[in-house]
Amino acid sequence: MKINKIIISFISAAVILLSTSVVSFAKVVGDKIVLGAAISLTGKYSSNGVHTQNGYNMAVDRINSMGGIKVGGKTYKFDIIYYDDESNPKRAAQLAERLISQDGVEFMLGPYSSGLTKAIAPVTEKYGVPMVEANGASRSLFTKGYKYLFAVLAPANLYLDVAIDLAVEKNNGKPVTVAMAFEQDAFSQDVRLGVLDAIKRTGSKKVIDDKLPKELNDMAATLVKVKQMKPDVLVVSGHTKGALTAIRQISEMKVDVPMLAMTHCDAAKLSKQHGKNSQYALCASQWHKTLTYKDNFFKDGMTYDADFTKEFGYAPPYQAAESSAALLVFKDAFERANSFDQKKVRDALAATNMQTFYGNIKFAEGGQNVDKPMVLFQVMCDDGGKCENKVVAPTKWASAKLIHPIPSWSQR
Amino acid sequence: MDFMVFQYPMISVQACLDGILLGILFALIAYGMALQWGVMNIINIAQGDLVILGGYIAYFMYLYGIHPAWGVIVSPIIMFFVGIAIYKLVINKVVDRDLFISILATFGISILFMQLMNFAFGADVVLANSDYGTTMLFNSNVVLPNSKIFSAFISILFAICLVIYMKKSKLGRAIRATAQNARAAKILGVDTEKVYAATFGINAALCGVAGALISITFTIHPYMGLPYTIRSFMIVIVAGLGNLPGVAMSGMGLGVFEEFADYILGTEFRIGSVFLLLVLILVYRRFKLSRKREYLK
Repeated sequence: MKINKIIISFISAAVILLSTSVVSFAKVVGDKIVLGAAISLTGKYSSNGVHTQNGYNMAVDRINSMGGIKVGGKTYKFDIIYYDDESNPKRAAQLAERLISQDGVEFMLGPYSSGLTKAIAPVTEKYGVPMVEANGASRSLFTKGYKYLFAVLAPANLYLDVAIDLAVEKNNGKPVTVAMAFEQDAFSQDVRLGVLDAIKRTGSKKVIDDKLPKELNDMAATLVKVKQMKPDVLVVSGHTKGALTAIRQISEMKVDVPMLAMTHCDAAKLSKQHGKNSQYALCASQWHKTLTYKDNFFKDGMTYDADFTKEFGYAPPYQAAESSAALLVFKDAFERANSFDQKKVRDALAATNMQTFYGNIKFAEGGQNVDKPMVLFQVMCDDGGKCENKVVAPTKWASAKLIHPIPSWSQR
Repeated sequence: MDFMVFQYPMISVQACLDGILLGILFALIAYGMALQWGVMNIINIAQGDLVILGGYIAYFMYLYGIHPAWGVIVSPIIMFFVGIAIYKLVINKVVDRDLFISILATFGISILFMQLMNFAFGADVVLANSDYGTTMLFNSNVVLPNSKIFSAFISILFAICLVIYMKKSKLGRAIRATAQNARAAKILGVDTEKVYAATFGINAALCGVAGALISITFTIHPYMGLPYTIRSFMIVIVAGLGNLPGVAMSGMGLGVFEEFADYILGTEFRIGSVFLLLVLILVYRRFKLSRKREYLK
């Protein structure tokens, strides 16, 4: 009996100790605002997960070293608790629970990819934890009526509709024929919906509408159809592997198409892996270093590019840039809310209207950023085989003129 | 449903040729699987991951400026030793146990390999460029990337070498003897332990060749192994063990089937149709077996 009592009192002491120590972890400790993030540091998204983390860390260091966040006359610094979600949505949701209920985090940063953001959003919503995410673009995230989810990036359906408009413009305003090949995942299917809208809006016609499997590494069948149907535009979205496979097989099969538009060329390091074969491909991007947006912390895209390269040893893909922007948004919202009350911070986030080096940020009802258009760049190579991505649309930021139509393979 | 493939006869020709070239490559992987399945009674779930690892070897050669085609020589040599190491560490402990244990063990190896490759090489999709150009046929209505032709050619070459080796060499004969009856072979002085290790090594080497070819023709990624395991499993199920012509035929059949499924049902059902075919074949085989059993009764 006595031993039982000792055990019980020991356990209860431990529980009390643990619960108090948990409280001490909570949102604002001393002069630190603690944010939580589940990030894919291992698993299939790990490369982009690392870009996301680097983007977050870069912004935290920058904001902290430039005076931190001023709330209620006191200066605070950002700190982030990271967990590895192993690129697994279930794990991500568990970790969000853990961050909120055990670590006491009251403000969250998003994970990488639409799928994982989808898994986490219901959790943050349940607890009323404001989450600013930078890497979930799927349209379905913004139609669920989430009140605490804010995305600094443009939604997926806006990725490639610009390309259809551009093709129509080049066709003297007349409708075009479109071939589409999209992977079967939430993101790519949203991109597809956007393209379908654009096709409808411009009175164009879709001639091929292929869905690519997740294990995609061969799209020869689609390309044979493209050769046969000769569409004006070929649109491909299938993450990195889609972009790489498309360019490889288009060049091997000598498929001639006047315009080729894709997503994820940035992450695929297209021009590096394929060299001149990737020339003339149009790529949708959330951000490009030559855009002329400005802010006080990173100055502009070129400076961000240089600073990031100096710190991490590689040029920042847009996944890193948008992640950095998420922290600028949080800082701005905290200062305007002038409080750590979750509801007030949420309202301040909803009222965000600012410019960052990454672009203008203003949230719609659903939480998506409506003030930042996508850009299209075209891979352009010089005679020596050195390739560069140059922005060609929208015209406001174009640093080069679109080459259209793409010269046929026999002339290259 | 899309019947374009029948409207334009050239598309059917293209699909057949693509399928056959692809199928030959599958057959090479399947032959390795059939070999060690027959000899050691082990179904290797990690087959596809060995393929991908072989692909990474070729990819790294390419990164260092060596033409990836040399991968078909270097990759099998390295993979042979990787195979032997796996055998010594894991497989020799499960080789005489029932099939379920070996499936579990190789499943574990598969997960381990995926994660290790992801850790070591990163989660990016990569490929090695061979710059082999393209062959145009029928007034350029049918296009065949030379890399695919090269893959098929190398696969056939390795298959032929292996058949000759199995027939003529001492080790080859020992392997075949062990496949027929391991106990009898042991009694007659065959070191079955060595035979098992060599078999697993040869299987891994074949995967290495296939992987190098895949990095030249398609793309590789740490998590892309499973479809190759499934395909080779299916080919072996259809062809039976120790039947190389059967493996080659069913490999090509599967390749052509996949291509046509792709054209007719759509690319999204490509892998799905392979699974469906696998189920149908298993059901059919069971049906046939049960009929046989009835005769016996």
